[in-house]
Amino acid sequence: MTIAQNLSRRGFLAGTAATSGGLTFGFHIPFAVAQTANQPEINAWVVVKPDDTVVIRIARIDMGQGSLTGLAQLVAEELDADWSKVTTEYPTPGQNVARKRIWGDFQTAGSRGIRGSEDYVRKGGAAARLMLMQAAADEWKVPVAEVKTSKGVITHAASNRSTTYGKMALAAAKIEAPKDIKLKDPKDWTIAGKPLKRLDTAPKLNGAQVYSIDFTMPGMLNAAIKETPVPGGKVKSIDAAKAEKMPGVKKVLTVDGNAVVVIADTWYRAKTALEAVEIVWDEGANANASSASIAAMLKEGLDAKEAFVGNKSGDVAAAIAGAAKKIEAVYAYPHQSHMTMEPMNATAQWTADKCMVWTGTQNAEAALATAVPASGLTIDKCDVIRLNPGGAFGRRSSSHDFVRQAVLVAKEMPGTPIKLIWSREQDTTHGTYHPTTQCKLTGALDDKGNVVGLHMRISGQSILAGLRPEALVEGRDPGTFQGLNAQGPEGQFGYDIPNVLVDHAMRNSPFRPGFWRGVNNNQNAIYLECFMDEMAHAAGQDPLEFRRKMMAKFPKHLAVLNTVAEKSGWGTPTAPGVYRGISQHMGYGSYVAAVAEVSVSDKGEVKIHRIVAATDCGHVVNPQQVAAQIEGSFAYGLSALLYGEMTAKNGRMEQENFDTYEVMKMAEMPPVESYPVPSGGFWGGVGEPTIFVAAPAVLNAIFAATGKRVRSIPLKNTDLRKA
Amino acid sequence: MARLTINGKTHDINVEADTPLLWVIREQVGLTGTKYGCGVAACGACTVHVDGVPTRSCSLPVSSFTEAQKIVTIEGLSPDVTHPIQKAWAELDVPQCGYCQSGQIMAAAALIATKPNPTDADINAEMTNICRCGTYNRIRAAIKLAASNTKRG
Ligand code: FES
Ligand code: FES
Repeated sequence: MTIAQNLSRRGFLAGTAATSGGLTFGFHIPFAVAQTANQPEINAWVVVKPDDTVVIRIARIDMGQGSLTGLAQLVAEELDADWSKVTTEYPTPGQNVARKRIWGDFQTAGSRGIRGSEDYVRKGGAAARLMLMQAAADEWKVPVAEVKTSKGVITHAASNRSTTYGKMALAAAKIEAPKDIKLKDPKDWTIAGKPLKRLDTAPKLNGAQVYSIDFTMPGMLNAAIKETPVPGGKVKSIDAAKAEKMPGVKKVLTVDGNAVVVIADTWYRAKTALEAVEIVWDEGANANASSASIAAMLKEGLDAKEAFVGNKSGDVAAAIAGAAKKIEAVYAYPHQSHMTMEPMNATAQWTADKCMVWTGTQNAEAALATAVPASGLTIDKCDVIRLNPGGAFGRRSSSHDFVRQAVLVAKEMPGTPIKLIWSREQDTTHGTYHPTTQCKLTGALDDKGNVVGLHMRISGQSILAGLRPEALVEGRDPGTFQGLNAQGPEGQFGYDIPNVLVDHAMRNSPFRPGFWRGVNNNQNAIYLECFMDEMAHAAGQDPLEFRRKMMAKFPKHLAVLNTVAEKSGWGTPTAPGVYRGISQHMGYGSYVAAVAEVSVSDKGEVKIHRIVAATDCGHVVNPQQVAAQIEGSFAYGLSALLYGEMTAKNGRMEQENFDTYEVMKMAEMPPVESYPVPSGGFWGGVGEPTIFVAAPAVLNAIFAATGKRVRSIPLKNTDLRKA
Repeated sequence: MARLTINGKTHDINVEADTPLLWVIREQVGLTGTKYGCGVAACGACTVHVDGVPTRSCSLPVSSFTEAQKIVTIEGLSPDVTHPIQKAWAELDVPQCGYCQSGQIMAAAALIATKPNPTDADINAEMTNICRCGTYNRIRAAIKLAASNTKRG
């Protein structure tokens, strides 16, 4: 199945059947899905074709995390579909607008792809099944209660009759949707909860999968872009005389006053000509920003008087003042780049009465909301067709700047489709970076080594302040406290400490922040879990036992911690030179823990021998995909720990490509043993959570191995050689 | 003007001599399975075979190739996704987003062609392509599976 191809073909066919709207570009994307004999829509989620193929509509995007398959499993389960006949398609945000958001939210972020929609997509499947049953019962003139379904077949045992979903689909589509829908008990699942293969693997094995960057249309041109290297800078002047004469070049232009674009027949020609444009930048107010200036600003916030409070209980100042032992440490987390394998890109086509965008996005509705003002048209004249993204990790939800630019470029040549591709260099230097923060932790121990007080002062960047300041709550960014809040289904601080204060002095870097797989949990888990280790060490206690004493009120946190302790053999001997570190955290509704086994050579080389990870995400929809997400989270999180850092100088990001922005490769990837320990009764995310515990487990193991505390990320900056 | 042999077919290409092979494959020949990830030979997304040798096509100009050299892209690796590496990839559901996988598969196919029983050290040394989704462990397992399938088969 090739989603993009299916989608464009469907758009074309359904469009020719639709009556409204002009065929401006020789094609038309339907805003209402046509009800035809070949395409009977039982409801918004389920289409059953005459050949019994079941098409399940997926509102959330699959960026590699497997939720396309997982969501289809949930719908197919309730539908009692024949899994071998299931395919999927993405509705468009324009269709969603026209149908009063019948598919709900398109946003695929915060590990919410499944848990944020499982209830209504399952109900969609269940309702479709009831309608198919009713249609058969009506035809056979028997009570619907006597009709049964299994694998896409409807039977009436008493009269020995049977039919298929495909045959009943048209009749079922006319039946009123049932109101009372009972979902299956997960223990009765036969499709959901099973380690089924992904639906979208085949085209990824022979180059057939169409990613956003591969999209093409007749008459399409290509564009390359160079944006101001300094945030907030402008184009002062350009000299395009040479570039305009280069082969294939159609146009050189300025976009939004801060970027230069070359349009050419091929992208490589556009990019080559762009290099030949002489650009003078007006660098603006951030021309002197540097990593050092940002770090100094953050450092000041560590002791600032004013701070937003995230979690407060008891009197932490008094507890610290009266402590038998006081421990203090400062940690730091840098800007990091998403480095999706596919750089940002989008294709747009604009005329005075229609604007279409084709792109890989985590949130097609947000992409549409970006395209509309850029197009100067009304929303009913715009739509976004989702193509497969080559990785996303939060970048494709943080900002659709590339969509805006593509539309503005397309507007310059009405009617001509233009694909704007960011070079890797443009992508790396114009990201929405992991927010940079520092944290000063002060712990108070009593004379028995119990933690009686903990103050975490976070100083640094707010994602909301950078991306959506209108979403700040009286100036405060609640997301800054991810995993450190006292309460909440998303994440809960998992220790019982009588006096706690977690507060945030907001200090915003000039470099735009974004949601980065794991988001603020990444640094918060490092701060808290490494400092736990520091306090355990100061108390002279085993890090596992030290934590356990404070976790009686948090049985789910404790259960995953106990799982990794048991599975890793915590407390038993390791191979010579190998040391263990442990950590736990909760985020995106899931409980996670890990043990890392690490050795550090005399030369200071770190080798991660083994990771043992446990996740309680409530319900598991596809265990083999959960395992894949856990492995992937470790690769991403350990890359961030070992190498991840964007540094700034003279107002510019210094790293431009994978040669200077290193990431983890095969040779460094440790074996990951993953243990899903679903306790049921809730739905937690899996795309991100295990990333939180990757870095702290390894850092704690490095301390066990060397006696050195690494408090600044990435590890490559610390000399671990034996003194 | 260049004449290339790609997946067994001859292509006459009218393009600037310094255009990297990657962009000729993608934009002139129209085979988009070979991916752009970095353009500086650092990620492996653009890996193709040139006379069987895994080659990062983003960093070699089209002028450095002759008609006699056999260039194979992911589309030409096997007629119907039956190469042992592709089969093992399917069996273990290796790809996540899949963007890096054309390059990974081409690198792995070249590896088992020269080393039918690759050790972990061989895999570490030869498989240097980046995967941001983090499929490394499944890639390793799939290479071993392909090797053992080939032996048995
Ligand atoms: S695109 Fe060629 S190695 Fe990255
Ligand atoms: S599968 Fe997504 S980058 Fe490798």
